[in-house]
Amino acid sequence: MSVVDRQEWDVVVVGAGGAGLRAAIEARERGARTAVICKSLFGKAHTVMAEGGIAAAMANVNEHDNWQVHFRDTMRGGKFLNQWRMAELHAQEAPDRVWELETWGALFDRTKDGRISQRNFGGHEYPRLAHVGDRTGLELIRTLQQKIVSLQQEDHRETGDYESRLKVYQECTVTRILKTGPDSGSAAGRRVSGVFAYDRESGRFFVLKASSVVIATGGIGKSFKVTSNSWEYTGDGHALALLAGAPLLNMEFVQFHPTGMVWPPSVKGILVTESVRGDGGVLRNSEDKRFMFDYIPDVFKEKYAESEEEGDRWYDDPDHNRRPPELLPRDEVARAINAEVKAGRGSPHGGVFLDVSTRMPAEVIRRRLPSMYHQFKELADVDITAEPMEVGPTCHYVMGGIAVDSDTAAARGVPGLYAAGEVAGGMHGSNRLGGNSLSDLLVFGRRAGWHAAEYAAGTADARPPLDDVQVDTAAAEALRPFSAEGPEPGEEAGRPPENPYTLHQELQQTMNDLVGIIRRETEMEQALKKLADLRVRARRAGVEGHRQYNPGWHLALDLRNMLLVSECVARAALERTESRGGHTREDHPTMDRGWRNINLLCALTDPTGGLAATDPVRGQIALTRETTDPIRPDLLALFDKEELVKYLAEEELFE
Amino acid sequence: MTSYEARFKVWRGDAEGGGLEDFKVEVNDGEVVLDIIHRLQATQAPDLAVRWNCKAGKCGSCSAEINGRPRLMCMTRMSVFDREETITVTPLRAFPVVRDLVTDVGFNYTKAREVPSFVPPEGVGPGEYRMMQEDVDRSQEFRKCIECFLCQDTCHVVRDHEENKPAFAGPRFLMRVAELDMHPLDAAAESGLDRKRTAQDEHGLGYCNITKCCTEVCPEGIKITDNALIPLKERAVDRKYDPLVWLGSKIRRRST
Repeated sequence: MSVVDRQEWDVVVVGAGGAGLRAAIEARERGARTAVICKSLFGKAHTVMAEGGIAAAMANVNEHDNWQVHFRDTMRGGKFLNQWRMAELHAQEAPDRVWELETWGALFDRTKDGRISQRNFGGHEYPRLAHVGDRTGLELIRTLQQKIVSLQQEDHRETGDYESRLKVYQECTVTRILKTGPDSGSAAGRRVSGVFAYDRESGRFFVLKASSVVIATGGIGKSFKVTSNSWEYTGDGHALALLAGAPLLNMEFVQFHPTGMVWPPSVKGILVTESVRGDGGVLRNSEDKRFMFDYIPDVFKEKYAESEEEGDRWYDDPDHNRRPPELLPRDEVARAINAEVKAGRGSPHGGVFLDVSTRMPAEVIRRRLPSMYHQFKELADVDITAEPMEVGPTCHYVMGGIAVDSDTAAARGVPGLYAAGEVAGGMHGSNRLGGNSLSDLLVFGRRAGWHAAEYAAGTADARPPLDDVQVDTAAAEALRPFSAEGPEPGEEAGRPPENPYTLHQELQQTMNDLVGIIRRETEMEQALKKLADLRVRARRAGVEGHRQYNPGWHLALDLRNMLLVSECVARAALERTESRGGHTREDHPTMDRGWRNINLLCALTDPTGGLAATDPVRGQIALTRETTDPIRPDLLALFDKEELVKYLAEEELFE
Repeated sequence: MTSYEARFKVWRGDAEGGGLEDFKVEVNDGEVVLDIIHRLQATQAPDLAVRWNCKAGKCGSCSAEINGRPRLMCMTRMSVFDREETITVTPLRAFPVVRDLVTDVGFNYTKAREVPSFVPPEGVGPGEYRMMQEDVDRSQEFRKCIECFLCQDTCHVVRDHEENKPAFAGPRFLMRVAELDMHPLDAAAESGLDRKRTAQDEHGLGYCNITKCCTEVCPEGIKITDNALIPLKERAVDRKYDPLVWLGSKIRRRST
C-alpha cells in the first residue's frame, strides 16, 4: 500500500487555460466538486498569449454574419477534414460563450453603438473576432480566473471555505491518468479513477481520486525548435490519453503560424499576431513585392482580390471588393513565406517583411497593436510604426489531438475521460483559422465540464476504486531520473546519465528539420530513427539535486510525453501521402480527395501500459485508418456544388 | 553575431538560507536575462529553480530582482548592461523564498480572493451589454495587468514590513478595486457594496502614500498611482467626509 496522499473530488480538470477553466466553472456550477490542476501559477496558462481575438458570429460589425457563414469558413479553413458536428456546434454556440464573458466582467473593445467590436482575420468572411487590442487571451484568462474566484467567494460565504467545491492545485504536474484495476468488474470496462501528480514546488506526490477527468493541457509545440509555444506545451495531455488507452486523431496536422519573429535569435518564433494583417499590414519580399498575390490556390481563387488596389479597397468597402491574399488561411501564408525565402527573396535574417508602417498612422498602430509595438521595441529594437518587421513561420498549434465525441467531449474508449481545447482533435480539421481557438476553448470547455459533471453524478453510488499497483508504478516511474546513474538491465555498467536539456534540444532540432513545415518521406523515416534513439537515451536521463522545484527533473519527466507525441506526428505524417492544411508533403504536393474522409488514429503498440521504450525499431505507436461519417446533407447544402467538387470525392457528392 | 562572457551572481538557496553564487556564462546578440538563466540551467546548474512561462512579457511569471530592481527577466535585454558589469539576480524580496529565484507569491492570491467580484447588473441579459469605448478605456488599462506582482514586491508598505501584509492589499489589488469601481455596468452599489469604502476600510488604501514606486516598475506601463490609486483615494475621501457629494453624484448619474 502506497503512502501517497489522496484527496477525493467529483471532477478533476488537468490544465488551467481557457478550456480547463471554462470546464471547471461548468462542472462546479452543475454541482460537481471540482479540482483544477495546472503546471504554472493560476492565471499564467498559455491562453494568455493569444492575441487576435475570439471568433463568434455575433454580427455586430457586419449584419450578414451568422453561424452558417462561420461554419462554412471553418470547414474551408480545415479543408473539409473537420469533425463537422464540432464545427457546427462551435459556430452555433460561440456568440453565447462570448456574451457570457461580459456578465463575468470582461471588457472587450467596443463598436460605436456600444456593442462588442469585431475585427477581420484570415479565412473569416466577415469581421468576426471579439478582441481587446492585441491581448485578447489575457482578457479571457483573467475573466475566467476571476469567475472562479467569484465562485470560491460564494462557497466561502456558504461553507466558510473558499476551496470546498472548487480548488486550483497550481504548479503541479499530472504524470498518469489512473483507471480502475483489471478486475474491477465494471461492465463498461476499466474506467477513470483519478490522476497521479506531483507538486513542482515540493516534489511531493499525491493522488486526486475522481470519477471524471477532463484533459485540457493544450498543445505540443515544445517538441519543435522554432515555436510560439511556452514551456508548458510538452504534449502532456496527448500522452496521458495515449497511456490511458484513448487514441489520438490526425496528429500529422501541425499549424505553422506564418508570422513569428525571426530576429534576434533568442526570441525566434515568438508570435506576431495575425491582427497585423487583419488591420491592414502587408507582406513584402526583398524585391518590395506583395508576393501573396502569386500564391492564391485554386480553391480560393474566387474569394480573394486579384490586384493590390482591390485588396486595399476591401478594408473600407468589403461588399464590393474581395479581401487581400495576406488574409488567406495560415497554412497558405506560411507556405508562401517559406517558398519566398527558399527562392532567395527573403529578408536579411531569413524571413520576409511585414509592414504596417506605410499603411497606418503611427498613433493608430500604437493603439490597435500595443503589444506588438512593445514587443518589437523591447526585444528587437524595431519601431514598427517606422519600419517593417521581419517575420517567418513558427510552430504554433496542433490540430490533431485526443479523439472525442463531438457533443460530449468524451474521449473514446475510456469511460470518465474527457478532453477540450487544443488537446482535443477534430474541430479544426487540417488547419485552424485564427480566432477559432479561443472560441473552441469556451464552447468545448463548457461541454466537457458539463458532461464530466453529469457522468460523475451518475457514479455517486459506485465510485471507481483506486488501483494501488498503478499508484506505486507511477511513483516509481517519476523517481527514475534520480537513479539514472545506475546501469539499466541489458546495458553495460557505468554509462553516464544523459542530460535532459541536451536530449530536449536534439528532439526539437529533429522535429524542426525533419517533420517541419515541408515534409519528405526520407526525412520522416530518418526522424523516426532519431526518435527511437532519443527514446532509448531518455531512459537514462538523469538529474542532480533533490525533488524540490527541480527543473531538470521536471524536464526529464516531460521528455516521455514529447517523445510519444513526436512519434505520433512523424508516423501519421509519413502515412498521409497528400498535402492538406497543416500537412505539406513535397513528394505528394497536391490535395487528394481520396484522403478527405480518412482519419489517422494513433494508439500505443503495447496497450497494457508498458512503454516499449527500449525497442528502437518497433516504436511505441500503431496507426489505423478510419473513414469519417458523411457530412450531414443540410450542412453540405450550405455550400455551392462548384466549391464542393474541389474537396469531395464523386461518391460523397451524390450520396 | 558577437558573443562575450558575462559575470553573473545568482542567489541560490531555500527557506533555510542561501547566498549569491558566481557564474561565468556566454551571452549572444539580442539575448535577455532569462536566456542567460536558461543557459546556466542547461550547462552549469541543472537544478537552478526559476519560474517562467511565455518568455514574451505576457504572462508575468519570471519576475525577479536584477541588480536590485524588480523586473521581468524575459524583458530585460542584456544590452542594457555594460559588458564589464557583474549582473546580480535575486528573488523577489517581499515574498518568502521557495528555492533559488522562485518565491511563494501566495500572498497575492489570498488578496485577490478578498476583493468582491464584478456584480452583473440586474435585468441586463448576456448580449445586451452596451458600453461606450471611452467609458471602458480606464478599466481596460487596469486589465492590461499581467499579474507579475512587481508592484506588490516594490511597494514600500509591505517590502520590508511583513506586519502590514494582513491589512494591505497592495497596488495590484487596489487597482482591481478601482477597475471594478470604474466599470460602467458594475452593480455593486445597487447590491449594497460600496467599493470605495472597502478600499479604505478593508484593503488598506490609506497606507498608500503615492510614491509611485509601483508605476515605475510596471512592465505594462500602467499608470497605477495616477489613474487608479489617486482617483480611488479621492473618491474614497469624498465618500468618507461628504456623503452629500456622493449621493448627489449618484443621483445625477442615474438621471442621465
